[in-house]
Amino acid sequence: MAKGKNRPAAEVNSGSMADIAFLLLIFFLVTTTIANDKGIAMLLPPKPDPNEPPPEVTKNDRNIFKIQANSLDKLLVEDEPLTDVSALKDMIKDFVLNFRNPSIEGKELYNSLPATLRSHVQSKGKREDYSDEPGEAVVSFKADRGTSYELYMRVLDQINAAYNEIYGQRIGMSAEEFLELDKSDPEQKALYQQAREGIPRAISIAEPNKIGG
Amino acid sequence: MSKFKKSSNTSQEIPTAALPDIIFMLLFFFMVTTVLRETSIMVEQKLPKSTQLSKLERKSLVSYIYIGKPKQVDVYGEQPKIQVNDVFIEPSDIVRFVNQEKDKLSEVERDQITMSMKVDIDAKMGIVSDVQQELREANARKVLYSSLKRLD
Repeated sequence: MAKGKNRPAAEVNSGSMADIAFLLLIFFLVTTTIANDKGIAMLLPPKPDPNEPPPEVTKNDRNIFKIQANSLDKLLVEDEPLTDVSALKDMIKDFVLNFRNPSIEGKELYNSLPATLRSHVQSKGKREDYSDEPGEAVVSFKADRGTSYELYMRVLDQINAAYNEIYGQRIGMSAEEFLELDKSDPEQKALYQQAREGIPRAISIAEPNKIGG
Repeated sequence: MSKFKKSSNTSQEIPTAALPDIIFMLLFFFMVTTVLRETSIMVEQKLPKSTQLSKLERKSLVSYIYIGKPKQVDVYGEQPKIQVNDVFIEPSDIVRFVNQEKDKLSEVERDQITMSMKVDIDAKMGIVSDVQQELREANARKVLYSSLKRLD
């Protein structure tokens, strides 16, 4: 048949394909940023209603963990100066898990905690000046107008770390694993809710002083 | 003689046919992991580092506010400024901006709008809390302080 047509297979020269792909690649490299949409999520308090008087503070003073920062980036924690920001996490954990004078719900909550957390509570003992029970505890953070954003974020990070560690330990996870929980998955959402049950993440960001100190 | 002739018959070309495939793989990786830059950021952005990061759940509900020292110091001065979309705004304009952003969303999602605050670490809390007060006023209470992962 086609005996005489012993030609080499027809080939398209694809040597420049790589160059075209490189051009596209460089275009994308230049015009895009890697999405780094991560951060510390917060819920701001609702706008005060002008028709209603401000709510009375009914919380006992010992149930509020006060952190204040001034314009020189110095911290005042529970009315005592603090230099090491990273110590805040453990202080807040002890403060929240204090069970000084728990109500019935508080006792139930205590009994529902896993053994590791319960021994943590026992080992710290009950402090008179810390919270009555986790449900009542509030962490209040007041920054000055002159406080640097960096310090603000570090303190906020420590407060969140304390809560996330408590939540994580409750369901046998580390704080990182707790944060990774995907709330769109019903199974993981149930875990998330189980961890948060009865221990609200009560962080109060007080309005800063109008005058820089 | 014939010995040498034989060896010279082998082709010395390295096949480069797989090269485009490799490059395409890189290209697709970049196309998938990146987003197109929508606004040119006119303020300095050294984001703070923290450990307790959570991811944004729904990208479509997010609006961005950039705060920091302007890059063009000779034009805009040294004081930190607030940038949204492509313009600098004053804190009093935040409410209008939030309402504009809310109008882009459907009715049911309007209350779930999340403001991502990208604040330079050199900024002071004064300007940040001004923005926060205005956000409360505009009823956009979900805020994400954008931050990088601290490695320690």
